[in-house]
Amino acid sequence: MSVGHAHALFVHGHSRVHRLPAHVKLVALVVFVVAVVATPREMVGAFALDAGLVSGAAAAAHLRPRSVARRMLIGAPVLAGALLMPVVGAGARVDVGGLWLSLDGLWGAWSVIAKGTISLAASIVVTAATPVPELLAGLTILRVPAVVTAIAGFMVRYLEVIAGELRRTRVAMASRGYQPTFAWQVGPIAASVGALFIRSHERGERVYDAMVSRGYQGRLPQLSASGASTRDWVCALAMPVCAAAAATLAVIR
Amino acid sequence: MTAAGGLAAVLRRLRQTLSERQIPLAGLAAAFIFVVQMLNFPVAAGTSGHLLGAALVAILLGPGVGVIVISVVVLLQALLFADGGISALGLNVVNMALIAVLVAWLVFRGLTAVLPKTAAAVVGAGAVAGWFSVVAASGGFVAEYALGGAGNVPVPTVFRAMVGVHALIGIGEGLITAFVLAAILAVRPDLVHGARILGVRRAVTVSMRRPAVAAFVLSGIGAALLLVIVVAPHASTVPDGLQRVAIDQGLAQHSQISLAAGSPLAKYRVAGVSDAGVGTIVAGVIGLAAAFAIGGVVVLVSSRRASRSASSTATRP
Repeated sequence: MSVGHAHALFVHGHSRVHRLPAHVKLVALVVFVVAVVATPREMVGAFALDAGLVSGAAAAAHLRPRSVARRMLIGAPVLAGALLMPVVGAGARVDVGGLWLSLDGLWGAWSVIAKGTISLAASIVVTAATPVPELLAGLTILRVPAVVTAIAGFMVRYLEVIAGELRRTRVAMASRGYQPTFAWQVGPIAASVGALFIRSHERGERVYDAMVSRGYQGRLPQLSASGASTRDWVCALAMPVCAAAAATLAVIR
Repeated sequence: MTAAGGLAAVLRRLRQTLSERQIPLAGLAAAFIFVVQMLNFPVAAGTSGHLLGAALVAILLGPGVGVIVISVVVLLQALLFADGGISALGLNVVNMALIAVLVAWLVFRGLTAVLPKTAAAVVGAGAVAGWFSVVAASGGFVAEYALGGAGNVPVPTVFRAMVGVHALIGIGEGLITAFVLAAILAVRPDLVHGARILGVRRAVTVSMRRPAVAAFVLSGIGAALLLVIVVAPHASTVPDGLQRVAIDQGLAQHSQISLAAGSPLAKYRVAGVSDAGVGTIVAGVIGLAAAFAIGGVVVLVSSRRASRSASSTATRP
């Protein structure tokens, strides 16, 4: 039961990045992403710096480049969409290797790809180096209401349980020859989703009963939250501050 | 900012209504919605990738819990699974949690107030609420796009692309919402928050016959057509030409669909039709038909392949 407390994306480790308090990492991540997104797209050098910073953080967290790259694939659809922009974009056109592409669209695509990739990589580094309980404790320190973090905790805890139930249902349906083609064949899927909801609901009731029988009195025990030293803040914020400085420099010039 | 404010308001109201008992329940519901969102429905005209679940959760758990549940799902998707993006988090919460859930709930309550107090009416209202939740969320995106002063792609184009496409996606959402509601009403009607008006404590079965489904799908298509025909030409009175790309503003995660706005029908005019308004309408209708055709082809091809692989495994000794 208690195996799945680390989410699928967490990579066990004892690096510098792992040891930083979660709320410090979250603040650093948000500042960094905002700085990257605010950087004017013409500032190629700033993006190179940002990419270097993220790679440095990944290396400091002892993440293998291969696994980070595999997780980046989740952003592939957006990037593929961005590749369309030069083809369909408006405005002046330039000749690129025989293709007559929109200049504005090219810059747009570059902007989406650079900003999207760097932000995605940054969040991958943070999630890979922070276990969920710490992440939730960090959110609590950042004044996210306890109700929200409690619900989020239950959600993460039971995500795989419910996904597993759904998977088994689908296997059962497929092995009985259910093979939907048209919209009006949606019935069994919806019925299985309905059954899944009822199961989830009843599981929720059982979980509550189990909690009460273990002495729950309306408050969850405080999740382990370690305080952050000045050194932690300096260490974590170095990266977003660099990115922000690069963005500001670019704007001033 | 709006997201934080709206969420805070909901939380404050919720603290009075959300009993401690409901916290694990809401957590489980969030996991349920997350899982359902991962589930790609191979049906629903091929256009619908997955369920948003806003209407479903609003009707099942009530609007307050619904907003929180969807917000948590969006938050964790952004944080843990790097899906949806952190910079677009506020927008996502506003669109998918606040707007979609509340609109779905209002539509549902409005309809159930007018309709007879039967299970069929609850299911029907759920279908319509599902459709409205998706369209309202996409409308919310367009409003933000317009407010953001971003505009490499003009606002009316974005409006047509987003709302038009989502009017179709909403059909799938509405259908599945209705079917799921019917399935739950048949077993545990007491779990459906929105069915309290029925005062039922025993199971009710709603037969979802083909004609009813066909009627809903047809009316959904009709509504989509109506949007394209009536609303789209008038939408062009919204000023455009504001320069600054939406994508630069962290809207990138949202923008795949608005990118599609630049398809061969980009100007939404059809050559040979002199009147601009009529041309826009014709282009919109062609776009809709194309969306349906592509969806149909995708469904057919994928089901062919599935059946072929099934038969090939079947023939193996």
